[in-house]
Amino acid sequence: MTTGLSSPLAICLALLAAWGVVGLAGMLRPASLRFAGRTLFPLGALCGAALAVVAGLNIAAPPEQIVLLIGLPDLPLHMRLDALSSVFLVLLGATSTGISIFSAGYFRRGQGTLPGLLCLEYHLFLASMGFVLLADDAYGFMLAWETMALSSYFLVTTQHRIPEIRSAGFLYLLIAHVGAISILLAFGVLQGGTWHFTFDSMRTAEMKPAWATAAFLLALFGFGAKAGLVPLHVWLPEAHPAAPSPVSALMSGVMLKTAVYGMLRVTFDLIGTPAWWWGLILLMVGLLTALYGVVYAAAQTDMKRLLAYSSIENIGILFTGMGLAVVYFGVGMPVPGTVALVAVLYHALNHAFMKSLLFLGTGAVLHATGERNLGRLGGLIHRMPWTAWLTLVGALAIAGLPPLNGFVSEWLLLQSFLLAHEVPKPFVNMLLPLGAAVLVLAAALAGYVMVKFFGVIFLGQPREARLKDAHDAGRTERIGLIWLAAGCVLLGLLPTRVLPTLSLVPEQLGLSVGTMATSSWWRLVPLPDRGASYSPMIFLLAVAAVIAITVLAVHYFYHQRIRRSAPWDCGFVRLDARMQDTAEGFGQPIRHIFQPFFTLERELPTPFDAAPRYRVTIGDPLWRALYLPLGRVVQRGADSLAWLQQGRIASYLLYSFVTLLTLLALML
Amino acid sequence: MNALDWVTQLMEVVAALAAAPLLVGWVNCCRAWLQNRTAPSVLLPYRGIRKLFHKDAVIAEGASPLFRIAPYIVFGAMVTAAMVIPSMGTRLPFTTAADAIALVGLFATARVFLSLAAMDVGTAFGSLGARREMMVGFLAEPALLIVIFVASLISSTTSLPAIAEALATRTLGVYPSLAFTAVAFMMVLLAENARIPVDNPATHLELTMIHEAMLLEYSARHLALMEWAAALKLFNYTCIGFALFIPWGTSTGDAPLALVAAIPVLGLKLLVAGAVLAVVETVSAKLRVFRAPEFLATAFMLAMLGLLVHVLLGA
Repeated sequence: MTTGLSSPLAICLALLAAWGVVGLAGMLRPASLRFAGRTLFPLGALCGAALAVVAGLNIAAPPEQIVLLIGLPDLPLHMRLDALSSVFLVLLGATSTGISIFSAGYFRRGQGTLPGLLCLEYHLFLASMGFVLLADDAYGFMLAWETMALSSYFLVTTQHRIPEIRSAGFLYLLIAHVGAISILLAFGVLQGGTWHFTFDSMRTAEMKPAWATAAFLLALFGFGAKAGLVPLHVWLPEAHPAAPSPVSALMSGVMLKTAVYGMLRVTFDLIGTPAWWWGLILLMVGLLTALYGVVYAAAQTDMKRLLAYSSIENIGILFTGMGLAVVYFGVGMPVPGTVALVAVLYHALNHAFMKSLLFLGTGAVLHATGERNLGRLGGLIHRMPWTAWLTLVGALAIAGLPPLNGFVSEWLLLQSFLLAHEVPKPFVNMLLPLGAAVLVLAAALAGYVMVKFFGVIFLGQPREARLKDAHDAGRTERIGLIWLAAGCVLLGLLPTRVLPTLSLVPEQLGLSVGTMATSSWWRLVPLPDRGASYSPMIFLLAVAAVIAITVLAVHYFYHQRIRRSAPWDCGFVRLDARMQDTAEGFGQPIRHIFQPFFTLERELPTPFDAAPRYRVTIGDPLWRALYLPLGRVVQRGADSLAWLQQGRIASYLLYSFVTLLTLLALML
Repeated sequence: MNALDWVTQLMEVVAALAAAPLLVGWVNCCRAWLQNRTAPSVLLPYRGIRKLFHKDAVIAEGASPLFRIAPYIVFGAMVTAAMVIPSMGTRLPFTTAADAIALVGLFATARVFLSLAAMDVGTAFGSLGARREMMVGFLAEPALLIVIFVASLISSTTSLPAIAEALATRTLGVYPSLAFTAVAFMMVLLAENARIPVDNPATHLELTMIHEAMLLEYSARHLALMEWAAALKLFNYTCIGFALFIPWGTSTGDAPLALVAAIPVLGLKLLVAGAVLAVVETVSAKLRVFRAPEFLATAFMLAMLGLLVHVLLGA
């Protein structure tokens, strides 16, 4: 059913196309930073905001399809806009608005790639993510998916003259493609012998449970590679520090969510009836990823690597919630299943805002200081108050502290976890509640990570003399940061406005009936018969009232005299910045407690060293256990095939000839 | 929701604010008696707070506004926490806005701000204290949450007054899961309130201290608020313990008399709890800082065991 030009889907497609046009416009004056920064990025931000509004208004509408007569002959592109797509389009549009505004003031000269080209890659990346969310057939999906991977690869390697960045980009591209093959295979299984690759035919295709499981596992591998599930996470901590900060923000905030979208789409929509025990796989992988990510985040000394590992943790939380939802829907408990699924969607939205905010904050710090290493930062709250306070909002939100948004989604997830003992499966109902314990541990560790992140960068004394010249973020950059911080606060305070809309997604997928109960506009009661409620507005009002009364009382009854003096130096006269905890020092308890997680290499000086140096290198044991052996096998395989490559055109022609003959023989 | 509920709510906050320093004073008295020392006055913490409020505040050069805001946030979080915990009555209007998970979130907020403020001046002590506090916190917080989960599985809600009500009105019987979690909770209480064996509130030895190291740069009214908040935290934790493990005696209905009767019951419970805390602190030795994670991991495991026992036995 094709619809008119004024339909929401058509408007969305037009906006995505507009992104493409904005990007292409960058090539008109590729060397002009002013043109890209003053005109094109703000236009891109406008498109993003419009997209968020259009998609947001459309969540409640019935699904809508369009067949675009472009692409290969006989293979038109199918597009579809339903509640699930709309939610993720809102995420894409709203987050990218803030990031684009920030980018308008961020990119400077001498970043390797020309500004116009960068603008093209950036907007192409945005548009391709939008098409991933709208695609309704395997061809369109894979086309958009690959465009997304390639454009982001070029964005990662913006500073392509640095060898480390090139190799980080290569690792990203490699894992992205291994994942893409797996997704392609998953679609191959999903068509179920009909050889029709539209999602509609996949929805109706009848499959044996074994094939459905195969499709699910392939999709899990493929989307897990993009999302950064352990053990496929290794590209994240390499690619995020390599990319410019707005790109890291987009990749972490939005692109990882397209993988979550893909997984939700395949599991709940294309397969339709997921087996309950798939949820256990998702739960185990998710919990492992969450714990692994947060433990590594606590040990990092590079601020962007730290955030990359924190993204891995949050992806783990998302997959945990997804697993819980699969279990609940699979065993016929739609009410807690809806809560779990809505928590996943809400956490995806929340994480998009807070992680983008944090990455942009690191971008501002990077510009001001040229330093990513936590050991050379410190005290920036004095020089960069805007960046510091806005980043603090993101840090508190991601640490899951009320009344900000991270708390709401974790609260919802825990609420649904607390019904896990009612799952009518022996053993499983006993082990599932223990998953809540792991989740809670990961959430508490996230607080540790964020205190380290914020405290070492912004608080204390500057660890380097030149930090005294650091400048705050520019005006456009500030607007971008404020946009995202406001998102964190509003999503934290008004979950009751958003959650009922999000619960339309499981309803439209046929998983549950009716929207989630929220009782009233100010009070969140996801499971009415359990009497647990949370009201962020009242909560904030109460805390604010108590604080206000305290401040007034203290100031009314007592004097307000303040003296400044040097900090107490314990009688040791030369107190300097090097005596503060370093990032390594702050991570030391974690390294100590979670020692089996790490491979540590210590270089300690001998007592006779004149210039003693200490060095601790933290390695990922998975590299040695998994990737290096795999690399060796591939290398050996390639070596053994190397004799084919002779460099003579005649032998290559012979290969083609033989191949053609074989194919002919097979066809006949 | 009637007037009596609001009276209960107000009473609880006032009681917490007033009784928290008294509880600290009482514990110090008991400790002194157990150690054959002459006890200080029970009212000493009040005098300390009063004295501090009158002093001139001395703030370190290079302290950011965060340093001055943090005491108010920590104090505010602790007072708000007192509004959620049913110490005397379970009909608390405010608990519709915050359940037990939000309560743990409040404690976490206070801890994060305390640690950030400690890192703000940039001294060795401050950041060392912050690091240790966060280390204790990230192990104690999940243990506390699981303790609460066990209770909420028994009563099928996470609203703390509803949990207390359900546990108070249950048929009297032994819940093995609650026995495990009670031990875990006790350990969490000791760790979170900077008590022996994890921290020693009486010393300023750099090798051992956690909480005091963070407060080192604070003075005058800021320090007073921090000290008061610490006392409130002890009071709050003790009252959470009462709500989960000895909920009897709190007023659950609409009868004003039950509420009046709940006041001496709470006083009695606090007297006993303070004495028990003093005994525990006296008979145990301070752990090295790196044994603290083991202590807390034990608490975490005990809480998990409680959870497992509950789902296995349904009790």
